[in-house]
Order: sequence, then structure tokens, then C-alpha cells
Amino acid sequence: MGVKPYLVAPALVLALGAHEAVAQASTSPPSAETFRDTLSFDRSQYPSTYQRRPNAAVVIRNATIMTATGQELTNASILFQDGKIVAVGNVGTVPAGAQVIDAQGKFVTPGIIDTHSHIGVYAAPGTAAESDGNEMTNPNTAEVWAEHSFWPHDPQIPLAVAGGVTVAQILPGSANLIGGRSVTVRFVPARTVQEMKYPGAPYGLKMACGENPKRVYASRGPSTRMGNVAGYRAAFIQAEQYRQRWDKWLKDRKGDPPARDLKLETLAGVLRGEIGVQNHCYRGDEIAQMLDVAREFGFTIRSIHHGVEAYKVADLLASAGTAASVWYDWGGFKMEAFDRILENLALLTKAGVRSVLHTDSPDGIQRMNQDAAKAMYAGIRAGIPITRDQAIRWITANPAWVLGIDRETGTLEPGKLADVVLWSGDPFSVYSKAEKVWNEGWLVFDRSDKNRQYQTDFNLGQTAPGVGR
Amino acid sequence: MIRRSTLSLAALMALSGTAAAQTVAITNGTVFPVSGPKIERGTVVITNGRITAVGANAAVPAGATVVDAAGKWVTPGLIHSDAAAGTGIGGLQGFGEATKQGQINPSFDLTLGIDPEAISIPLARTGGITTGILLPNGSFLPGVSVAVDYSGSRVDDMIVKAPSALMINLTGGSRAAGGGVRAGTIARLKELFRDALEYSRRRLEYNRAATQPFSAPVDELAALLPALRGEVPVVIAANRRIDIENALRLAREHRLRIVLLGAVEGWKVAEAIATAKVPVIVGPNQDIPNFDGLGARLDNITLLREAGVTVIIAGSDPGGERGLRFAAGNAVRNGLSWDDALKAVTQAPAQALGLPQYGTLAIGSVGNVVVWSGDPFELSSAAEKVFIRGQETSLRTREHELRDRYMTVPPVR
Repeated sequence: MGVKPYLVAPALVLALGAHEAVAQASTSPPSAETFRDTLSFDRSQYPSTYQRRPNAAVVIRNATIMTATGQELTNASILFQDGKIVAVGNVGTVPAGAQVIDAQGKFVTPGIIDTHSHIGVYAAPGTAAESDGNEMTNPNTAEVWAEHSFWPHDPQIPLAVAGGVTVAQILPGSANLIGGRSVTVRFVPARTVQEMKYPGAPYGLKMACGENPKRVYASRGPSTRMGNVAGYRAAFIQAEQYRQRWDKWLKDRKGDPPARDLKLETLAGVLRGEIGVQNHCYRGDEIAQMLDVAREFGFTIRSIHHGVEAYKVADLLASAGTAASVWYDWGGFKMEAFDRILENLALLTKAGVRSVLHTDSPDGIQRMNQDAAKAMYAGIRAGIPITRDQAIRWITANPAWVLGIDRETGTLEPGKLADVVLWSGDPFSVYSKAEKVWNEGWLVFDRSDKNRQYQTDFNLGQTAPGVGR
Repeated sequence: MIRRSTLSLAALMALSGTAAAQTVAITNGTVFPVSGPKIERGTVVITNGRITAVGANAAVPAGATVVDAAGKWVTPGLIHSDAAAGTGIGGLQGFGEATKQGQINPSFDLTLGIDPEAISIPLARTGGITTGILLPNGSFLPGVSVAVDYSGSRVDDMIVKAPSALMINLTGGSRAAGGGVRAGTIARLKELFRDALEYSRRRLEYNRAATQPFSAPVDELAALLPALRGEVPVVIAANRRIDIENALRLAREHRLRIVLLGAVEGWKVAEAIATAKVPVIVGPNQDIPNFDGLGARLDNITLLREAGVTVIIAGSDPGGERGLRFAAGNAVRNGLSWDDALKAVTQAPAQALGLPQYGTLAIGSVGNVVVWSGDPFELSSAAEKVFIRGQETSLRTREHELRDRYMTVPPVR
């Protein structure tokens, strides 16, 4: 059957190594001949043009290194070069020409990853003209892709970078039952979303439970929670048939190909396990309903998002292998968010759920380290023994898994990509700040150097200078 | 027009007196009186709801309930200057009690919408917040603010001052009140001020129907008078530089005692704000630019303070206003001194918003005191004991009930 380029298979791409995959896509465009002879679905689909920058060796010494692999190393060093981590702990001989940073009293963590952001699709300055996150024209808009809304000059991007964030999943909003594809981006200076698109990262599919879709579509339906569930099922029943038609045709490519349907193509990707479902769902009982919907159609929800009541069904999430992306303390603002507790992350972690602190906020994304700390201390105060490593994993390794990029990033280990943050002190203190942020080895933020605090086009000549002190 | 005035000291003493004569001595703590320097191993004595002694050598009165605060930090109760706890149903959208429809509501006093049983009140206390300034929301002239203490079973027990300030909103959201333009909004405000004074001078003629009609209902005009006479402060929401400058100009022209709220671009005119001696309520984490404040930056509060401005920390947080202490911690992170940050959530709002007996542990202050496990601004710390008017209050919340039910899943039934 061969590779189906219209659906990037994450396992395949990650096995190849993301950059090799990019190189293929970007350096060998199909010839004019090929163009005439191939169909649209055989050609590359909106490929990433992100390029890793060469970076000279960097050694950070005498630091406390939170590896997110179970260890917190004191008086330790880390060496990275050309975008890759070479050594962690004892780095041995420092390569000639390496930049050496003495980090006495300072901390190093992996780059922070947010599984839930609308930066770029609900961009600052927040005018109606930039409200590009919800295609509120149909309860099922599986055909839309967040990257086609994403504005790379959103001034919220450098603010998040100053908080130590290197990677984020940009999602469509939650107005629809099925809102469309997400895109995972690296927060680097860029002109186009393609230049930020994380190479080889699998797509996500935004789905939403509960109050939002039934409110938005009250007049045309769904207007109830049972209407919501009927809507998901109807969509996936169609997708099942579509997938069968296509798989049959792709096997021998005889006769005319079936009609291409963008909506069903994405849903079929979910059924094939190539696109991870990212499911906005607050209430515990509704989470259980969604786990059943996924079972009916034979897929696994990658992560529940918001999950204000996830703690009530932590056992169900754990046995389904579904992660939970939740806030520290948001809640109370609507009925489905009414039962917020501060120990949500701690209880989920205790139950064995892959737990993630997410933000859904251009404000919160700037201080994810603080929210992780607060959630850790809330757990500890309630007698739930959360370790510092578990808490740092809430914002690094676990979100990397949710986004399907955990083989490449999310921890500090030799061979992983150099997504690295140097903190002025313990990131679990309110007083600590990200001092330097390397995005795959590219120093995209340096608090001590105004020239390394990038400004988007929008920023130039009109916003406040940099990120302050 | 019903107007409550500030409770007199005697009235307040009478209120706390209803809870019986009581003495609490908090001993051995690291005490931050705010009105004076830090005291190591200090004692704070609260008698009948008032601070009666504070110091390293303060004697513990016989019969006092002793709270050993060894290793703990002791501060005045925090004051939230843009509070919502006590109104509405735990923040549930559509159930709020602080926003009246319309744009000219200076007479709107939300007091009778305050619910002493609101689930948000114990949540606020867990953040060490003992006093809230409940500001009306909305555009242009949304109403008057009310100051409450977060304890008491009747709203009258909670009130500290009502009204405590007149609220004016001069942000971009109020342009509709002036025909869609900022200059129109200012002109409309001046017209209302003129009419209010005219009404106050010609009340009898008005009652005899012998005056020209006014541009707003007279109850609304009358509600502007305490502010125009300088009897209550005026909280003016303004973020963009020109809105701040317009607010300062209004204050000069009408001799208003103003407090700025928001002031996202305050740093651009910090000298002018300092010269006018105008305190500023700031959200220290506001740095996302929009057309009401392209100059938003994290060190706004620091730059204001460095220019000599009295700064107050507020800031709404979807997690609830208990997060006020973390907003203060972030202000420190962004350059404000720790002492100024503590002042900004205690003494500074008390002084700026007309609550002179609040915000310090000075002798005579209201006995609102918090015992913290450590630095109140740190993520690892918690408020362990919260005293309001000398009474220890409950820190048990609805969230704790839910948590305890689900400590194991499925819950044991």
C-alpha cells in the first residue's frame, strides 16, 4: 500500500527522525510531470518548513537539573549542540569553543509544553478581526485546520516564550462537537505558520463536550447533551464507511478513487490511530460517556482537556490510557466547571493517569511553572505525595506524550532535542524567572539581552519594549 | 435615596462586642505589622476585635486564647481591592450581582445582593483575604463600591463601608456612552457632573418642577454628589495613556479624590500620577497588548512605584480571588520590593479607599490577622489561621468536601 502522505503517521515519522521527514518534503518537490499524474491526496499536505538552526555547543554548569525522567540532579551540567542534548549530569570534556554558563543557584528544566493554547488563532490585540478559533457554522467542522487560522505575528508568542514555553498545541475552539485539526508549533520567530510547525508531529482533533456546543447550536441542534453524543456518533459512523472505501481503493488503486471529503478524511485519521483526539470535557460523567464513544469506534482519546471533574473518574481515565490536561484552579465560571478542586492534578497522578497542566490562556501560559508548583503543594498539603519530578512532568514530559512528540522532547536526556530552559532559581518559586530559553538549540530568549527578546511584527514601534526586567 | 455612612468606631466595637469579649494572643511568629518593621518572635494581641498590643515583648493577657505561631509568618488580613467574593454564585456566569444593565448607574449599590453564605467567601479566606472592596462592573458609571469583611452571618455584619467609592469606567468599553468616541464620554461625564451640582443647588425648584429637565434621573445625579464633594474617593478604570491623562485632568478640574484602576500604561505617565498623588490599583500580570493598552508590561507596577506612586495590587484570576497573594508575589518577581507588595494588599488599599482602621497590625486596627505557614506570596505557603475582627474563621470550603469524597475512586459509599 505504501506511505499515505495525506495522513502523516506519527510512529513512522518519529522513527525516521523528524528532520529527515522535513527534508524529504521540502527539498524534493514533485516535478511538473508528477503534478499532472498524481492526485491532490498523493502530494505533501501543508508541510512544515521549520528549520533547525545550527548551534555551537552550550554547557550549563553547577545547575540543579530537573530532567523530568525521575531525577533532579544537583551541581550538574548539561551539554547541547546543534539542537541535540549531548550529555546530562557529568558532561566530561567541554568541547572547544563551547559557551559555558555557570548556573550556581540556578535551575534547568526541559522546555515547557502547553497542550492547550489558542495563541495565534485568538491573537492579541484581540479584535473581532482576529477571532479565528471557532468555525461556528456547523457542529461538525472536522474539515478545518487550526494552522490555516494561525497568525505567526501574535504578540502573545514572545510573552509565552519568556515563560519558558517552547512548544504548544494550537487548537480550534470548543463551540463545535468536532472543531477541527490542531497544529503543534515551536514558538520561534517566523513569518509563516509553516516555519513554526513542529516537523512530524501528529495532528490532533479538537472535540468538545457539554455546554458550549449545545449553547452555540441550541436553535438548530444539538441543544442537549444527548444531542451532542448523537452528533459524535453520526460523524464517526460516516467516517467508518469512508475509511473502508478508501482503504479498499488504496489497496489496488483500481478504478476511480472515491470522492475526497476533508471532514471525513480527518475523522478517518482518528479511526486509523494517526490523529489523536483532544477532547474538551469538564464533567466526570461526560468523560465516561466519551470513553464509551471512543470504544464504539475503536479509538483512544489521547487527552481529555479542562477535565475540571476528571478527578472523579481518574480510575476510568487510567484504564482507558487517556491523559488528562487540566488547570490548577480554574473553575466555577459555569455549571460544568462548578466542582473544581485544587487537588485535581494530584489525585489524577495518584490514580496513574498521565496528567498534564494546560492553560487555554495566553496569560496562564506565561507562568505554567507556578501553576504546576501550586498543584503540587495543594496535593502535598492534602496528604497526596507528589514529587517534584512528577510536577515538572506535568508541564514537560506528559504534554510531550499527549502531542506525540515524547520521543524527541519533554525530558533532558542525551539524544533528545535541546529544548532547554535556564531559570534564575527554583521554578517552583513565585520569584523565579526563565533567564534563557533554547528552542531546539536556538536561543530564542535571553532576559539579559534585549536583542534576544524577539518582537513580532505587530510589536514593532507600538507595544511595550520587551518583557521587562 | 438610601445611603449608609461609614460605620463609626463605636458601631464597629458594638458589632464585635456581640461576639463576646475575647482576647487572642498570637505568639512567637515573624510579625509583619506593615505600619512598622518586621518583628521576630513577636506577639499580636487582639481584644474585642481590635489589635491591642503588638511587639516582641507584648504581654499575653490572662485568659487569652494563645495561638503559637512559631515558625509562622503573621500579617494583616489581605484586602482585595477588586473583589467579587460574596456576590453571585461562586463566579458562575449569569448569576453575578455586581453588574447592573445600563451605563448611568451611579446610584447602584450592590449591598443587598451580597450573600454571607456565598461559597466564594471561605475560598477568599483560604487566600488570607479578610476584606473585599466589591466594585460594581460595567461601563461608564456602573455604581458605587462596598467594603466588606469576609465573616458574619448577616450582610450588615459584613459591611465595613458602603458606599466606599464611586466607580467610573473610562476604558475603551465606555465609548458607547459618549456616542462611540472617547471625547464624547468625557463630555457626557462633565454634563452629568454639572447637572448633579445644579440639582444639588436647586433641589427645591426641581421639586416644584421649576427647573429645566436634567440629563439623567435625579437619583443618579445625587449619587455623584458625595464624590464631587470629596467625601468618597472615585475609582476610575483607565488603561490607555490618554485615558489615564483624561482621568487626571478630570480629577484636577472637579477636585475629585481619585484612585486609578488598571492603568496598564501607567508607567508612561508615572511622574504625572505621582505628582497628582493618585494611588493606582494594578494587576501585576497584565502584559498582553490590546488597543486599550498596547504598552502593557509586567514591570508596570515597579515603574509606578519607582516614580513614587502608591501602588495597590488586585487582579482578577479565573481561579478565584484567593490568588491575590500570588499576584503580589509576581509583582515582586517583576521588581517590586517585598515590603511594597505586602503594603499593596494591606495598608495601601485601606488608606486609598477610606478604611483607616484596616491593613496594619497597629494598635487600634481592626483585628484582621492571618497566620501563614511561611512567606504568604510563595507557592508553597498556605494561610493556616485567619482571624476577622478577632474571631478565628473557618477555612473549610466546598472544594474540601468534594476532595475528601474522591480521595479514592470510585468513592466509598
